Amino acid sequence: MTVVSSPARVWVDIGAITARNLRRLVRVPTLIAFATVQPVLFVLLFTYTWGGAVHPPGVTHYVDYVLPGTFVLAIAFGASQTGVAVADDLATGMIDRFRALPMTRSAVLAGRTVADAVRNLFVLALMTGVGHLIGFRFHAGYGAALAAFGLALAIGVAFSWIFALLGLLVRDPESAGIGGLLAVIPLIFVSSTFVPVATMPGWLQAFARFNPITITVDALRALCLGGPTATHVWQALAWITGLLAVTIPVAVLRYRRTTAT
Amino acid sequence: MSERAVVEAEGLVKRFGSVTALAGVDLRVPAGDVVGLLGPNGAGKTTLVRILATLLRPDAGRAWVGGLDVATEAAEVRRVVGLSGQFAAVDGYLTGRENLRMIGRLSGLRAAAARSRADELIDVFELAGAADRTARTYSGGMRRRLDVAASMVAMPKVLFLDEPTTGLDPRGRLGLWELLTRLTSQGVTLLLTTQYLEEADRLADRIVVMDAGRVIATGTADELKARVGGDRLELSVGPGADPAPLAAALADLGALVVDAELGRVVLPVSDGPAILSEVVARLAGAGLPVADLALRRPTLDDVFLSLTGTAPSVVDVAS
Repeated sequence: MTVVSSPARVWVDIGAITARNLRRLVRVPTLIAFATVQPVLFVLLFTYTWGGAVHPPGVTHYVDYVLPGTFVLAIAFGASQTGVAVADDLATGMIDRFRALPMTRSAVLAGRTVADAVRNLFVLALMTGVGHLIGFRFHAGYGAALAAFGLALAIGVAFSWIFALLGLLVRDPESAGIGGLLAVIPLIFVSSTFVPVATMPGWLQAFARFNPITITVDALRALCLGGPTATHVWQALAWITGLLAVTIPVAVLRYRRTTAT
Repeated sequence: MSERAVVEAEGLVKRFGSVTALAGVDLRVPAGDVVGLLGPNGAGKTTLVRILATLLRPDAGRAWVGGLDVATEAAEVRRVVGLSGQFAAVDGYLTGRENLRMIGRLSGLRAAAARSRADELIDVFELAGAADRTARTYSGGMRRRLDVAASMVAMPKVLFLDEPTTGLDPRGRLGLWELLTRLTSQGVTLLLTTQYLEEADRLADRIVVMDAGRVIATGTADELKARVGGDRLELSVGPGADPAPLAAALADLGALVVDAELGRVVLPVSDGPAILSEVVARLAGAGLPVADLALRRPTLDDVFLSLTGTAPSVVDVAS
């Protein structure tokens, strides 16, 4: 039987797992909702409910301010589904099956995160389109807009690996789902996602300023609205690189040791 | 030093916290053999299979599959084994064909080879009508067949099936048995775990009985049954009636067990059908009425009663 040579194996394996997850993405009803209805709701709800009350300095339309934040919100919520899916694969014996195959050890998680990135690209385009209809505009040119997409995808990859690790640790799909939301909600709200950090109480500001979500949202906002970007973007990339450098090896190690009970 | 068997284990020990799942297991499976690993829940069957399939590392002891050490040559072992775990592990949102192609790609087959292998297995496992439906629409039996097919995609030399028929209805079980009988006639070495003596009897050349993390007996089905005492003839006069006259009439035929409360007499027999006519003749001659008369094969319970009820040490029924 014809067999693929070893250096190409890692890409073949990641490709096969990515294809699996993309197929699920268009067939599993909850996943379809997470990629379509939810992001659109986020854009509309936050723009129209908070837009009248919140007036961040230097921004005419709240949708310009909040859309980069809802990018990160939707990507983080979507990534929490990766924790559920990994825990589910563990509970149903899929991971046992994969681990008994002569495949690349990291491919099951890596393929999942690649599929997440493809979904996120779609989600970003959808949110931008809906945002455009209700007044959102990129103010810093196409190059900066593309950079914003790239950065949003990069933080998405970090989120996916974090949640994949969470799913492996928690093992139970329902707990992974709840745990994911409990982790995302405070981090998203105690950040510059919806309101300027300066409006928060002092003790909360310290955390909010350090929060990688604040740093990423600020960088995205600078890329979408204009203004100085370099410091924000470098800080965000440093956070993302740091998160990946820790979570990828830990998650892959955990995957190699884990087994259904 | 002798040649390694296709599957071999020496003194395997595995603990989970304070629970000892395997307490020193030795095993030898020659190439092409079908071995049934028989035991109740918690006997250590699944743990043993997981160690042999490289999913778990033993705390002590060594094991080899295809001559390769499962601890130090795990990656190579995975090229020669196929595993079908306790639950049918297929992606319910992929079609049967997509599941098999994915496993093919992940086993290292080129795209064209993975496609043709999937088509071939769909025919062998009689899934042609459902191959392009998502697996979550499958019946339990179909799902199990797809799962076993997935474990055979890479043409493994050694196949591990962990309780392949658990949860199937009688028809599904029979269908899978027929399929496995056909497959094993093609020379693959198969180790299957089961809680059913009947299943081990039907499929396996040799049966390994496990209890509480140890191998307590090995042998062919016939050897095991001889050890257990073979078939039993059960006669009942009904609850409350006195079985003594019945017992007296049959006393010279074997070691009778009389249960006065249930009104029952049990006669262990080695050649059931032959002795059945003798018993019926005596009953008719003496004019003794019976409420029920049945020839019963030994069950897993009987095997365990006779094996664990005697000595906890290893009983080799073959010797």
